Parts: sequence; C-alpha cells; structure tokens
Amino acid sequence: MPRKPSQAELEQRNIVGIEAEVVTNVTSTDYPLNYPGEDHSWDIDQFRDNLRIKFHQNDPLEASFSLIGVDASIANAFRRIMIADIPTLAVETVFINNNTSVIQDEVLSHRLGLIPFRGGRDGLHKFLKWWKKPTDGSSTEGTHFDYNTVLLSLNVACTHNENADEDETDPTKLYNHAHVYAKDIVYEPIGRQTKYFSGEDAIAPVNPDILIAKLRPGQEIDLTMHMYKGVGSDHAKFSPVATASYRLLPTITLLQPILGNDAKKFAKCFPPGVIGLETVTRKEAAKKGSGYEGHEGELKAVVKDTMKDTVSRECLRHAEFKDTVKLGRRRDHFIFSIESTGQWDSDAIFLESIAHMKEKCRRLEVQVVNMVR
Amino acid sequence: MVPNSTTKKQTPQEAGDDDISMSRPPASHQQPIGEEDASMADVEEEYEEGDEDDEEVAEEETQRVRLLPGSSPNAASFEFLDEGHTLGNALRYIIMKNPDVEFCAYAIPHPSEAKMNVRIQTYEGTTAIQALEKGLRDIQDLCDVVTDKFLDAKLQFLEDAKA
Repeated sequence: MPRKPSQAELEQRNIVGIEAEVVTNVTSTDYPLNYPGEDHSWDIDQFRDNLRIKFHQNDPLEASFSLIGVDASIANAFRRIMIADIPTLAVETVFINNNTSVIQDEVLSHRLGLIPFRGGRDGLHKFLKWWKKPTDGSSTEGTHFDYNTVLLSLNVACTHNENADEDETDPTKLYNHAHVYAKDIVYEPIGRQTKYFSGEDAIAPVNPDILIAKLRPGQEIDLTMHMYKGVGSDHAKFSPVATASYRLLPTITLLQPILGNDAKKFAKCFPPGVIGLETVTRKEAAKKGSGYEGHEGELKAVVKDTMKDTVSRECLRHAEFKDTVKLGRRRDHFIFSIESTGQWDSDAIFLESIAHMKEKCRRLEVQVVNMVR
Repeated sequence: MVPNSTTKKQTPQEAGDDDISMSRPPASHQQPIGEEDASMADVEEEYEEGDEDDEEVAEEETQRVRLLPGSSPNAASFEFLDEGHTLGNALRYIIMKNPDVEFCAYAIPHPSEAKMNVRIQTYEGTTAIQALEKGLRDIQDLCDVVTDKFLDAKLQFLEDAKA
C-alpha cells in the first residue's frame, strides 16, 4: 500500500524557501523511489487533474497567465522555445543603391533589421516558407520566390521646405524628410503575396514612428530590402517576443500575529496591496491560543495578495519580523509574462511553443526508431 | 535577384559612371528586368513541386540521434545533434518520472558543439531505448494536455471579461 504523505508535507515540499541570505529547497523531488513507499511515476491523468491555467491579461501584444502544476524543466522549455525557436519575418538583406546620409551603410542595415513588422497571419505563418541560402557559396540567383522573400524599399531624399518661416529653427519644419521613419518603408507585393498581404494585412512596421535616420538637404537614402523567415537562435531580430519570462508565485506565511504599529510597519515592507490591515474581531480575541487574546480592536497584518509581491526580503531586515514571517515561492506555480513584437498574438506564441515542442519530440521519436533499425 | 521588382532600378554602370567604386558589380545579383519576368513565370509550377519536396525532405531528415559506444540494453548514452537544454532538461525530467528508470541525466559536453547527450540506466524489465521512446511519447501527451487547458483558460478569460 503506497504511503500517502500529509497535505502539510506536500505543501512543504512544494515551496522554495527564501531566507535573508540563502534560497533553500531548490530542486524538485517528486520522482519515483525518492520517497520510500510513495508513487511519483508519470501519470497523464494525474497531470491533467493537477494542471491549472489562469489568465491575468490577454492583449494582442501582452499576455500574462499562471501555469500551475508543471515542473520547471517543462515550463522552461516552453519559455526557451518562445524566445529562440518560433519563426518570424525580418529584414535580412539590404541592397543599398545610394546612401549619402551620415549613418553608415552597415549601421543603417542593422537598424533596418531590428524593426518589427506585422502582416496577415495566414500569409506569415502558413504561406511563407524558409529561404535557404545555398550552402556551397554559389549564387543565390533563382532562389527567391514569392513564398520565401518579401521585398521592401526605402527611398527618401531631404530637401529645403520653401514654405518654412524665415526664423524657423526646427529641422523637421525647415526641411522635408529631415527624419526617416519606419512608415517611409514601402512594401512591394510580388506574385501570390497580393492575396495574403493586402489592405489591413499588408506587411508594415508594427510601430510606424520608429526613427531610422536623420537627413539634411541634399542627402538621400535609396535602398531595397529582402525579408526572410528566421528564428531567434540565429538572431534576436527574429524572436517573436520582446520578453517571455516567468516567475514563481511568492508565498508569505505569518508564524505569529503582527499587531498595532508593527502591523503598519510590516505592511510598508511590501509593495502596496500585498499586506492588508484588519481589526481584530471580538471572536478572534476570545479564542484561546490564537495570539489575539486581549487585542480586540487593534490592527493586525493579513496576507492579501502575494502575486503583487516582488520578494524584496525587506521584512527580513527588521529584527521584530525576522522570526515571525516565512517567505517562499511556490515551486510549480509559474506566472508567465509574454510580450509579442506584433507578428503573433501573444497567447498564440505560447500555443505555438507547445506545438513546436510536440513536433520536436515526434520527429525525434521517428529518429530513435530509425537508430535501432 | 530581386523578385519581380517593378521599381526603378539602375544598373551599377548607370549609377556610377563617374564613381569608380560604384562601377564594381555589387555583391547582390541584380539582373536585367527582362530575365526576371521569365523566371517568375515558372514560379507557380516550381512552387507546387517545391512544396511536396519540402515534406519529403522533412521525413527523410538526417539522422540526429546516435547510440554512443559502450552501451548495454539497460544502460546507454545517446547523442542528439542540434538539441540543447530546451529538450535535454524536459526529456531528463520525464524519463526520471519513469519508475523503471534507475538513472537519467543529460549533458552538453562542450558549449561550442551543438550536441546534447542523454544517459539512461534502467532496471530489469525495460531497456534504455524503450525508456527514451516512452519519454518522447510522454512529452507529446503532456503537450496535448497543456494545449487543451490553455485554450479552455483562454475561453474562460473571455467569458469572465464579458460578465
């Protein structure tokens, strides 16, 4: 008969301890044979029952949710895939016809590469395929097609503004095109791209007001660009996320009641909203051994919302709180925060990372079978 | 080649008769416009073929898993090419969850080689290869469960927002 650990013991195992100088109980221990008589073997039904997901925010460019009941190795795999393995479209090759601005060709090209673009989801994710550079160093001629290359051009020349006031000093009013913005980039659809990227779905910078370069009269920039699909492990410009991160849910446990002015001081050790102040009720004060005896009507500190805590450990610096509070983090409660750069919806990036992980394993399973054959 | 570009384009010679550095052909491979039109005509057919090719290539990809020398049925090391901590740690976790596995660990022997090694030792009754296969299958099941729950949570959040 398998031994059943008590709820309190399970709770204790599930918490990473945070003390003033050290972090304790870091590794997960829920493996078979780790605890005598307990069964921790993989069980998909049990996993399904324990897994919980709760959204906190779901906007196109920013999503936040709690993923509860998975191991760090799994959560981290999803995070890593989101950053490095999900493909997006970015400027990869710049053909400079003329650049007389003060910004050098290579710096300008680098800046262009970093601009995030958006476009029709269907076209971006399904229609567009990889462009493969010939590995033998031969010419790339004849390798560009409508399904693997997106063509952009940027053509601006700065001139004097004849209508400007005589005593005008602002360059943006004194000259035409003194500033080159991302919105000056022109998308040139080729072949079947017109079907996928027209109207609302046209390929365009996510933010039209990104400053690319500054010009003065007589200077001009004239270039064409190729965009290809790529992944973040190759270059960060291909990453679909600005940030994709998680943190563990903090826990705050009061070992003894904190009352009166101490309670106010304790609340100030945390960001607003984490610790609440309540008055001790008659019922609590009457209860023996609660620690509230004879304190009716006084203020007491209660833990309200640990989600808002930053785990600054400020409370552990005060002698009066050092032994009355226990800080920790829940080992299997991941608060994900995903910020999209605009080519994917932020929640779709997470879904894609799961699909990517599954596909990776499916392929490797085939490979393992091949290896044995 | 710039595909089907209709923009005004200057050949290098035109652009810089008076500029010696510009008269050198650029690293790009821009062609006269006439030739481009011809190549774009084939695109439709080539694409359809190319699509099928892509899928075949995907099935016949190069072997990326290798059994390292010195293995026995119950204890083996595997070498994965082009894999890293992403798969390594997740696979290690799920294989360690298998009660028939005595030991499982992964390592990246050298950071500048795109290789990841997994060591599996099992008890009698299963083999290291079976444990590895089960691990890969278990991750796929896990992914399905997370996807389902994620979609449920997304719907729930939408409903809560409406209410």
